[in-house]
Amino acid sequence: MMQTTETKYMNPYLAGFLLGIVLLLSIFITGRGLGASGAIKDGIVAIVGTVAPEHAAASPYYGPYIEQSHGHPLKSWLVFELIGVVIGAFVSGLVSDRLAFRSEGGPRIQNRTRWMFAIIGGALFGIGAQFARGCTSGAALSGMAVLSSAGFVTMMAIFGTGYLVAYFFRKLWI
Amino acid sequence: MGPFVPDIISSEMNLVVALLIGIGFGFMLEQAGFSSSRRLAGLFYGYDFTVLRVFFSAAITAMIGIMVLGYAGLLDTEAIYINPLWLWPAVVGGAIMGVGFILGGYCPGTSICAAAIGKIDALFFIVGIFGGVFVFAEMFPSFETFHFSSSFGPQRVYDALSMSPGVFSFVLIAFALIAFAVTEMIEKRVNPNAPSRAFHSRRHMIAAGVVLLVGAMLISLPDRKSRIIAAVSTTDYVNVHEVKFMSADELAFRIVDGEANVQVVDVRSAEEFKLLALPRSINVDVRGLFAKEWNRAFARRHVTKVVVADANAEAVTAYHVLEKLGYENIAVLDGGLERFKREILSGDSGTPDGLHAQDVAEFRASAGPEITRLIEAERNKPAPVEKKAKKVAGGC
Repeated sequence: MMQTTETKYMNPYLAGFLLGIVLLLSIFITGRGLGASGAIKDGIVAIVGTVAPEHAAASPYYGPYIEQSHGHPLKSWLVFELIGVVIGAFVSGLVSDRLAFRSEGGPRIQNRTRWMFAIIGGALFGIGAQFARGCTSGAALSGMAVLSSAGFVTMMAIFGTGYLVAYFFRKLWI
Repeated sequence: MGPFVPDIISSEMNLVVALLIGIGFGFMLEQAGFSSSRRLAGLFYGYDFTVLRVFFSAAITAMIGIMVLGYAGLLDTEAIYINPLWLWPAVVGGAIMGVGFILGGYCPGTSICAAAIGKIDALFFIVGIFGGVFVFAEMFPSFETFHFSSSFGPQRVYDALSMSPGVFSFVLIAFALIAFAVTEMIEKRVNPNAPSRAFHSRRHMIAAGVVLLVGAMLISLPDRKSRIIAAVSTTDYVNVHEVKFMSADELAFRIVDGEANVQVVDVRSAEEFKLLALPRSINVDVRGLFAKEWNRAFARRHVTKVVVADANAEAVTAYHVLEKLGYENIAVLDGGLERFKREILSGDSGTPDGLHAQDVAEFRASAGPEITRLIEAERNKPAPVEKKAKKVAGGC
């Protein structure tokens, strides 16, 4: 039912090495690693701060972020970095001829099911990344590069749980 | 010496850097195949281990790079952002994300990357993240206590395991290489079209060998500070390298004179420093001398940096370290603080000898109480503004 991509990707070890160089450059130049979910948090802070400013200012979660960002939560490092990710990924898709509107999933599920589970999965990632102070890129990958305990704990928790529950959701993917 | 934020690159300019780094990040994620949820999920079902390969290769590359740059003195590894650990929140959050990975087929970074090339399922995933963050933020008060529980601070994993950074890195590299080999076998068994079937195995073996060798070298790589301190502490080094001394009288004179061209660098412990500190002195232990935060203070050539310790030996080490770091115009307080106390502060200066014995005795008699007064005045001042190194802000 659902299609898989068969375009040629870079050798994963080489891609990993080059990704590691990008991460190293980030740490060398700016002192911090990469991230992703943090930018979405900045986005939520900005939305709630605009729609319901009083509620946001009073909230123990939004409040400190609004203060820290001097009222411009979108003028953050991670938001700019994420804009870069969109550009970089688009360019890569363009040169490798992978630009196309489509969905991907296991062979046994319909698009509608895939989308529903994508929303649920995204929501869980959004919640989990707040508890762990970062997602796969910000906490796990960047954390491991600087050998922080937090990086290793988060990495093992994400992938360990993934393997534990994979069997129950196998119909989504195989 | 890196990092260049916030000293050399301003926070505005840093946003431009962020954009450029993001472009590299997005490009590499997409090239690696992370824009495909089927590939990502393959990790958990054994038909495609691309995620593991890319993820571990990237982490190890950056880790080795940081250690080597730190060793070469090009990166202040104390100044980079170490994400702090809240143990149980990290475990629970990671577990929630693990389930999210299986259900959604993406993680936040990869979903952005996939959406950028038109993946519709990724757009739904992103909508989900927004929803999840919103729900978390709205419900935050009910799990605020848990959110801040079991805090370990910015802990390093090798400290937690009481290993040296080098040994830990080697173990991690060896673990990754074994994982690469094992998962290639699994993948080939599960998937007739396994991506690993296309690998050039001889080249991969050579690359693995090189990485393992680098890992073995990391074990014997002392960090730069220990290496330099050890090098300047040998008797050979000390015998060959001359040290400039400043007498207690000269330092006392310059302090009383209120001279701005002298900076006392006290290398004793913080406790000792608290009990007695010379006027306008700074307290840095020998390892602290390497920190970027002192660059500006030490680099001023017209200012004499007077190293103060209890006795000469410790101060001489600090003197050589400063010299090694390229700083100029340094001196060691001769006889250390012990002698300074005895000759100047005690008020009982004994009988100086030499031509000007009379003058020296008179000077000491007047300088002693004066400096004591200055010390008292400084001690009673409202707590000095602690000069904290500007830390890089970070986090996801």
